Amino acid sequence: MTVDTKGNDNNDVCFEEALGKLEVIVKLLEKGELKLEDSLDKFAQGVALSQLCLAKLTVAEKQIDKILQKEQGILVEKPLLFTEEKSKC
Amino acid sequence: MQIFSIGDLTRYIKHILDRDRTLNSIYVRGEISNFKRHYSGHCYFTLKDSDATIKTVMFRSRSQFLKYEPRDGMKVVVGGTVTVFERDGQYQLYADHMVPEGVGELSLAYEQLKEKLTAEGLFEEMRKRPIPVLPRAVGIITSPTGAAVRDIITVAKRRHPGIALILFPVQVQGGEAPGQIVDALQSFTAYGQADVLIVGRGGGSLEELWAFNDERVVRAIAASQIPVVSAVGHETDFTLADFAADRRAATPSQAAEIVVPDIHELSRYIRTLENLMGTHMQAIVKEKRRRVMECRQSAALQRPMNLLADKQQQADLLRQRLIQTMEQQLTAKKHSFSIQAEKLAMLNPLAVLARGYSITRTSEGQIVCDASQISNEQELEILLAQGVLYARVCSTKEA
Repeated sequence: MTVDTKGNDNNDVCFEEALGKLEVIVKLLEKGELKLEDSLDKFAQGVALSQLCLAKLTVAEKQIDKILQKEQGILVEKPLLFTEEKSKC
Repeated sequence: MQIFSIGDLTRYIKHILDRDRTLNSIYVRGEISNFKRHYSGHCYFTLKDSDATIKTVMFRSRSQFLKYEPRDGMKVVVGGTVTVFERDGQYQLYADHMVPEGVGELSLAYEQLKEKLTAEGLFEEMRKRPIPVLPRAVGIITSPTGAAVRDIITVAKRRHPGIALILFPVQVQGGEAPGQIVDALQSFTAYGQADVLIVGRGGGSLEELWAFNDERVVRAIAASQIPVVSAVGHETDFTLADFAADRRAATPSQAAEIVVPDIHELSRYIRTLENLMGTHMQAIVKEKRRRVMECRQSAALQRPMNLLADKQQQADLLRQRLIQTMEQQLTAKKHSFSIQAEKLAMLNPLAVLARGYSITRTSEGQIVCDASQISNEQELEILLAQGVLYARVCSTKEA
């Protein structure tokens, strides 16, 4: 059951949080004061967190650029094309 | 007819002047003459133009904020209050602000608004929110045609092509600009998809940057629920938007660098952390293993029979020592016994007989030591080393 909550925890954290936790784990392991079992546990968590961070970095690659405008008081999205943007300038 | 004292008259005039709205907050253009800064820090000078002069005072509490040293002949715009200095019966200008002419009224207004908003706490460090490390989308509020938007897009895409850019086109100068920028800021909050906003434009003159000193814009930036990075392209001067923003970038390109993480750098950093973690873990296991090995290699675990042999050897030694000690003691006892026995033997009277002495006893067995106790014809026994003589006394002779 505890494993389950830990797993859920990881899926919900944002990138900053995951990165922060990873940094804390690295520091903890560096001190080397944990029990072997706890160290291994933290190590596994750290590996999962770093994978999560890398995954989040790549997931972001599917976002789409937009132009946001107000037309008659309503927000309207249009695709943003850089080439067009650049030629305008 | 009412006759006034001079004091009453002066106070009456002062009262009239103090009630006047224009005189309470007035801007005056003129040239500084007779400028004196006293040790107290208060500044006294005359402001003049071709038509007239007015005595002017700027107290230390105000003059300490001047970023330049006023000099005679300098043309300035002074903001302050006109009232009467009762002792001299003279009206004078009490200056709150003073800027060199040319920089003009705009910068005077800037200083005043800055003071007001600072007092409100709008620029406080505590209010500033952190910029997210990895935003899903970045909102950009700027002109769609300027160099700023191009720079932001170029830098952002180079650093992380996957982070979405959402441009809200606005005018960045002119009368429409402040309203549009405020609308854009509020729209992004309503839209809810951008994690951080860049508000800015390329560099320009103070007039061109004016929208970013507009009170509405500054307040909207401070009030934005999404963190804002200001990017008004000028290195040295700060707009009020810069003070209100959560981060200030000197240029639009720099804003993009602040807001968009370099994906390669970030991945590298995460991999470095991962490697570090592995190294630390290895070190931990190595250290634990070392401690296990140390225990395993201890003599006790390594050669338990040795431990037994040691004990046995020790027991043998002890036993040997026991026997030795016992023998020594026995010899010592024997020795002392023989000494005692010898002493005893020397004391034995019979032993004396062997050397030729003898013991004389009466028939009753009494040892004779004194001739006077013995009478003639008495029979005596004489003990020799070998045998006994029975004798009769012929005569005695006393000592």
